[in-house]
Amino acid sequence: MSNRTRSDFGSQDLSELRRKLAGSSGPQYWRSLEELAGTEEFERYLHREFPEQAAEWHDPVGRRQFLQLMGASLALAGVSGCVVRPEDKIVPYVKAPEHVVPGKPLYYASAAVQEGYGSGILVESHLGRPTKVEGNPSHPASLGATDLFTQASILNLYDPDRSQSVTLNGHLTSWDALLNALIDLRTVQLAKKGAGVRFLTGTVTSPTVARLMDQVLGPKFFPQARWHQYEPVGHANRRAGIRLATGTDAEAVHHIDKADVVVSLDADFLSWGPSKLRDARNLAIRREPGPENKNPIRLYVVEPTPSITGATADHRWPLSSEEIQAVAATLARAVGVSDLPSAATELKAPWLATLVADLQKSKGKSLVLAGETQPPAIHALVHAINQALGNVGQTLTYHEPVAALAPEGQSGSISELADDIRAGRVEALFILGNNPVYDAPSELGFAATGAESSSLLLKVPTVVHLGLFNDETAQVSTWHIPEAHFLESWGDVRAFDGSATIIQPLIAPLYGGRTASEVLSTLIDGTPLPSRSLVEDTWRGNRSDSDFTAFWTKSLHDGVIADSAAKPKSVSLKPLADISWPKAGTGKYELLFRPDPTIWDGSHSNNGWLQELPKPMTRVVWDNPALISKKTADQEGLKDGDILKLTLNGRILKVPVWVNPGHAEDAITLTLGFGRSEDAGYRGRVGAGVGFDTYSLRTQNGFWSTRGVLVEKTGENYPLYSTQGHNTMVGRDLIRTGTHADYAHDPTIGPTPYGVVMHHEAAGDHGAANGHGHAEETGITPHGADPAKGLIGFEYPEPYRRRNDGELGNRWGMSINLNACIGCAACVVACQAENNIPVVGKDQVGRGREMHWLRIDRYYATESRDAEPSANPATHFQPIPCMHCETAPCEMVCPVEATSHSAEGLNEMTYNRCVGTRYCSNNCPYKVRRFNFFQYSDQLTESLKLQRNPDVSVRTRGVMEKCTYCVQRLTKARIEAQIKSPDGNDAVPGDAVATACQQACPTRAIVFGNMNDRSSAVAKAKEDPRNYSLLAELNTRPRTTYLAKLTNPNTAIEA
Amino acid sequence: MAQVHSTHGHEDNGHASSEILGGHQSYTTVTDTIADVVLKRPLGKAWLFGFAISFALLMMFLFAVTNLLVRGIGIWGVNIPVGWGFDIVNFVWWIGIGHAGTLISAILLLLKQDWRTSINRFAEAMTLFAVACAGLYPLMHMGRPWLFYWLMPLPNTMALWPQFRSPLEFDVFAVSTYATVSLLFWYVGLIPDLATLRDRATNPLIKKLYAIPALGWRGSAIHWHRYRTAYLLLAGIATPLVVSVHTIVALDFTIGIIPGWHTTVFPPYFVAGAIFSGFAMVATLAIPLRSYFGLKDYITDKHLDNMAKVMLVTGLIVTYGYMIEGFMAWYGANTYERYQMLVDRPTGAYKHDWWLLILCNCVMTQLLWFKSIRNNIILLWLISLVINVGMWLERYVIVVISLHSDFLPSSWGMYHGTVWDYMTFYGTIGLFMTLMFLFVRILPAISIAEMRELVHELHERDEARTQATPPAARTV
Repeated sequence: MSNRTRSDFGSQDLSELRRKLAGSSGPQYWRSLEELAGTEEFERYLHREFPEQAAEWHDPVGRRQFLQLMGASLALAGVSGCVVRPEDKIVPYVKAPEHVVPGKPLYYASAAVQEGYGSGILVESHLGRPTKVEGNPSHPASLGATDLFTQASILNLYDPDRSQSVTLNGHLTSWDALLNALIDLRTVQLAKKGAGVRFLTGTVTSPTVARLMDQVLGPKFFPQARWHQYEPVGHANRRAGIRLATGTDAEAVHHIDKADVVVSLDADFLSWGPSKLRDARNLAIRREPGPENKNPIRLYVVEPTPSITGATADHRWPLSSEEIQAVAATLARAVGVSDLPSAATELKAPWLATLVADLQKSKGKSLVLAGETQPPAIHALVHAINQALGNVGQTLTYHEPVAALAPEGQSGSISELADDIRAGRVEALFILGNNPVYDAPSELGFAATGAESSSLLLKVPTVVHLGLFNDETAQVSTWHIPEAHFLESWGDVRAFDGSATIIQPLIAPLYGGRTASEVLSTLIDGTPLPSRSLVEDTWRGNRSDSDFTAFWTKSLHDGVIADSAAKPKSVSLKPLADISWPKAGTGKYELLFRPDPTIWDGSHSNNGWLQELPKPMTRVVWDNPALISKKTADQEGLKDGDILKLTLNGRILKVPVWVNPGHAEDAITLTLGFGRSEDAGYRGRVGAGVGFDTYSLRTQNGFWSTRGVLVEKTGENYPLYSTQGHNTMVGRDLIRTGTHADYAHDPTIGPTPYGVVMHHEAAGDHGAANGHGHAEETGITPHGADPAKGLIGFEYPEPYRRRNDGELGNRWGMSINLNACIGCAACVVACQAENNIPVVGKDQVGRGREMHWLRIDRYYATESRDAEPSANPATHFQPIPCMHCETAPCEMVCPVEATSHSAEGLNEMTYNRCVGTRYCSNNCPYKVRRFNFFQYSDQLTESLKLQRNPDVSVRTRGVMEKCTYCVQRLTKARIEAQIKSPDGNDAVPGDAVATACQQACPTRAIVFGNMNDRSSAVAKAKEDPRNYSLLAELNTRPRTTYLAKLTNPNTAIEA
Repeated sequence: MAQVHSTHGHEDNGHASSEILGGHQSYTTVTDTIADVVLKRPLGKAWLFGFAISFALLMMFLFAVTNLLVRGIGIWGVNIPVGWGFDIVNFVWWIGIGHAGTLISAILLLLKQDWRTSINRFAEAMTLFAVACAGLYPLMHMGRPWLFYWLMPLPNTMALWPQFRSPLEFDVFAVSTYATVSLLFWYVGLIPDLATLRDRATNPLIKKLYAIPALGWRGSAIHWHRYRTAYLLLAGIATPLVVSVHTIVALDFTIGIIPGWHTTVFPPYFVAGAIFSGFAMVATLAIPLRSYFGLKDYITDKHLDNMAKVMLVTGLIVTYGYMIEGFMAWYGANTYERYQMLVDRPTGAYKHDWWLLILCNCVMTQLLWFKSIRNNIILLWLISLVINVGMWLERYVIVVISLHSDFLPSSWGMYHGTVWDYMTFYGTIGLFMTLMFLFVRILPAISIAEMRELVHELHERDEARTQATPPAARTV
């Protein structure tokens, strides 16, 4: 380094500089004022190799000197290696975008779309990149919560396997080439009034798309075109049922909050349907004991495949689809629906009479629901039952239809589309977002399997496919257009009740994606209008410009458009006598098709978070085994992983089985969405080759269930991995349950089915176990004489309750209400998204190395000893995050103090300090710690880097990690509290901060906050008589505690 | 005891023989027999064959470790809940094996058990090599092994210090102290013999190579005096280590709260188990060694009989430990412990390992009650192998079965070693055997100096017996 300073060059006066500048023309480039001045010193400086004062070495170099120099050079080479900085330009914003403060996220309201229906979201954006999706509390379908698909949608956005360019017959081409082709096609078809044009979409509730479709199909453009709607998992039966019952199109909205008794006929309303989040919330409210809920809700479920709704029910019976139809008929007749079709059979069961009595007792306050998997006739019957029970207008209301429908005569199903294609009537097919080659009923021939040697779509001269992925349909389409993800596009969508939300983009389309409305507008206008102006045009109506700006801003900000809900519609029920009753099939086994709980219909098959998310009931990951009951397994001599050969209508599927307790007997459930392969044209690296293609057996007639399947054991085996190998509590006091009746009698005590007595645990200042009589009841002796004081009278140190300065700071705690938890797993995905938790893959999960910080334990319990334990067990869910034990066993065994306790009671993990001995995990009684056995975090894929939460470290190989109570959120809240407080107190108001799991939870089962604030929800929850600590006898003093589960069984029914 | 011997051994006046020294030995025969193994004996085919196999295993070990460092410990079978597997099992197994050396060298020296003399040298070498193998595992098993030095209390600018409450931190000190003292003890004991080899070597290069570590030993009285003092002091220092090291290794488990670990019986029965396995390993090595190198006069049947007796006693202590574990689990009425000890171990997923452990350590050991079996060299050798297997299984049972089913049934899981686990395990056996093979060729496997001393003592004893009255003889 030169030790020369500016003064060495002599002084330059400014006038001299100006003179030199003035004397030249053109731009002058100069490095320094000295150069400009052209001083002699500077010239010398430029030409001298060494600075003026440097001692130059003129001696010849000897051997020793050479070695000295080499040694020094080597040493210095190391030193200089540390100071090389990458060349980079750091340029501040010339004009800073509004509100953008680096390090502070912004939230934008939008909506997530599933099966056409919207749910309000707030998207967290860091410096222009969306990183996390939360629910919008003011949206009626969200109420602040999200489901697992919405949580995982952020990963879909950044999926590196998304389609990235327009293709023509599989070759890259440009959007402009497509536009030219579309304009030509438009010209040709305009002349024919669109006779050869077909559209295939899913359910559309978007007012903009509906408006554009209306225009396209209108007299000016393609009046002879047809619009086909198809969804592999949708709402077709529900809608058809309403049409059958009322003779008109309407939207039926149910109100769980107003119901005292709910009967679900295979309606998995907690995981399926546009109002599922709201229903879950309402159900949780109505299950919670309290003065405002004197009459807690009672839920009866009959279903063939165990679902989270069945697990949440107070009574559940596994029945086949036909038996459920018989239950519907029996109920109908019992409540006074007289005009049943003659084909309807009834089911005789003693519990059914009790159920009817319960329904009749709560007339106007009951609700019968039929699932989408039931045929329209059953839906129609259920509408009649609700009518007879006086529920219409109370727990069930009818509204104007929310989903868009094609004009009369221009609508069609997917089979009609297939017929038209076969007949050569289709010249141009627009597939907007669908993937029929993969998910259409197999006999239609969209996929080149079985009898069809090539896909039906190849018969259509022009197929334009718009899709997020370059998928199976894209492979056989003429044109493929990358679709814009809902987080990168303008649009609008309506919720279950019709409330509309403007979808606003959080980021410019990563891969130049387009929306359906842009494609449609090309057909209308001959040129694509931007989506935003299309959406604006929809909503402008007759508002003035200033009115519209105000309306637009408010709608965008609120995330829900005021007064946009669908108007109530008065309907009258038609007689039922001549509806066609579903025919019972023949064959021993009923084959059922159900959406996969995490991959759904296959639209999430390339989402690693969802692939690795344990299915709520089976805990299986990365696969879709056929589910069977224990009895069926015994009959066929099958065990988990044995491959079964299913033959249906000549089509064969080999699939491994999984024994699912509580599954209906003589039934096989196949879940959809798997078995995608590169051979079939699927290009997702995550989803390819995972699971089994169950769509190949699905037909129009056997859409949800069918009989006549031939079952053959192959003797082959397939590895299936579940994250939970042991399903019972082996008599341990882990989940405490009681009944509402017991609770009303004495909230402190109530028998549980496990021989363990629920007891009162006072949440005193220690939040610790105060187990009166606990030892006698469980046979477990707590360490030390006085459980309140813990081990050998150890008093809890003051710093954990107070800050060092003596102020009452923050004391974080969590309470998980097992009564509210429905096991939906939205929290698990939310945690994964918030905390940059990596995906490890099937093989690693099989080795017991999943990384979820929050897991949901699922236990089975059989209440009666005589019954076959797995026939119909009670199912309990228990989310397990880190317990943040006050006396944490993990902390004292770490040799390098990488895990330690914070003054606020957090059990903290210092990744940088961790050397990876894994003793902390061994010593954790809850086994919540997760270890990076390999470099699990993908640190190379560019698009995935964008997804990461910048407030959370991305962990490397060899370090331990675990739930932090979202410490990044706590820190933010603490800083905000300190700024707001006049005296710099950092105590956060009790409920001011929410963890990611808490925020996502649709039932608000998770409560978190500062326990020092006695008015906080968490402090109150800890004082609830149902509060208990998991493994309290270990004296770990968990900060995460649980509220016991209360069920509301009908005492007249013997389990 | 400051008896001075010449290192040249031409004072051929002491002849002795007894149960612990076969044949009719003199200073010359002792020196010749032992030193010739190193200096004169050509490389035998058997030695070359054994060394080649060991060295191949060592190369496999290097391959496995390289893969481990490149890819991460995920190549092993460890998981959540079983965070420790072969790594800690092998660590404890090797450390246990090492115990015999220290016990024989230090405690038996202080107790003046002269039968230790012929087996102490290679028992010490075995200790050293076993500790080297053991010490590798805690390093390798870390998620980030390159940061191992964070476990040392090194002053640093970040003011970070190890956490002394952690038993793993105790381990750092226990094992490193043990390794250091064992090495010093072994080396100090070697100095007179190195001088003998230096003096007897004819090749100037080899002479020089032995001369350097011989530290200029000339066998003067003052040398012997200081040597004796140092050796006894080191024996005194090493003695508590026999108990402390494995106690601390036991604390690795007992300090944890896992049912199956959290038990106070561990430290004593771990120490007993360590001696048990250590003697088994000495027997495993000594029996072929003495036959191959013709050292049956030095490592006699009496030695083997004594070792078998030690195995029997320690085996009984270990069996008692198992019984107490089970009894306390039942008597303590702790649900989790009862399940672990009384249900999962004998009837659970790993029941075969547990029953095999009982067979190896408890049942087979009972054969050693019989003198005929103790004196049957082949049977004794087989029993010592069985004990080695049994003690490995004991650690497997403790580490793996305890972890695989702890408190919450939802998190229970299974553990199986992968091919890399086995490669690493057999690889350390290769390291151990390679070092052993080199040791018996390069250094005297039996202490020449101490053997000469033994010859002298036995000679004196003989003379005392022939000259004095019988009661006086018994006082020697």
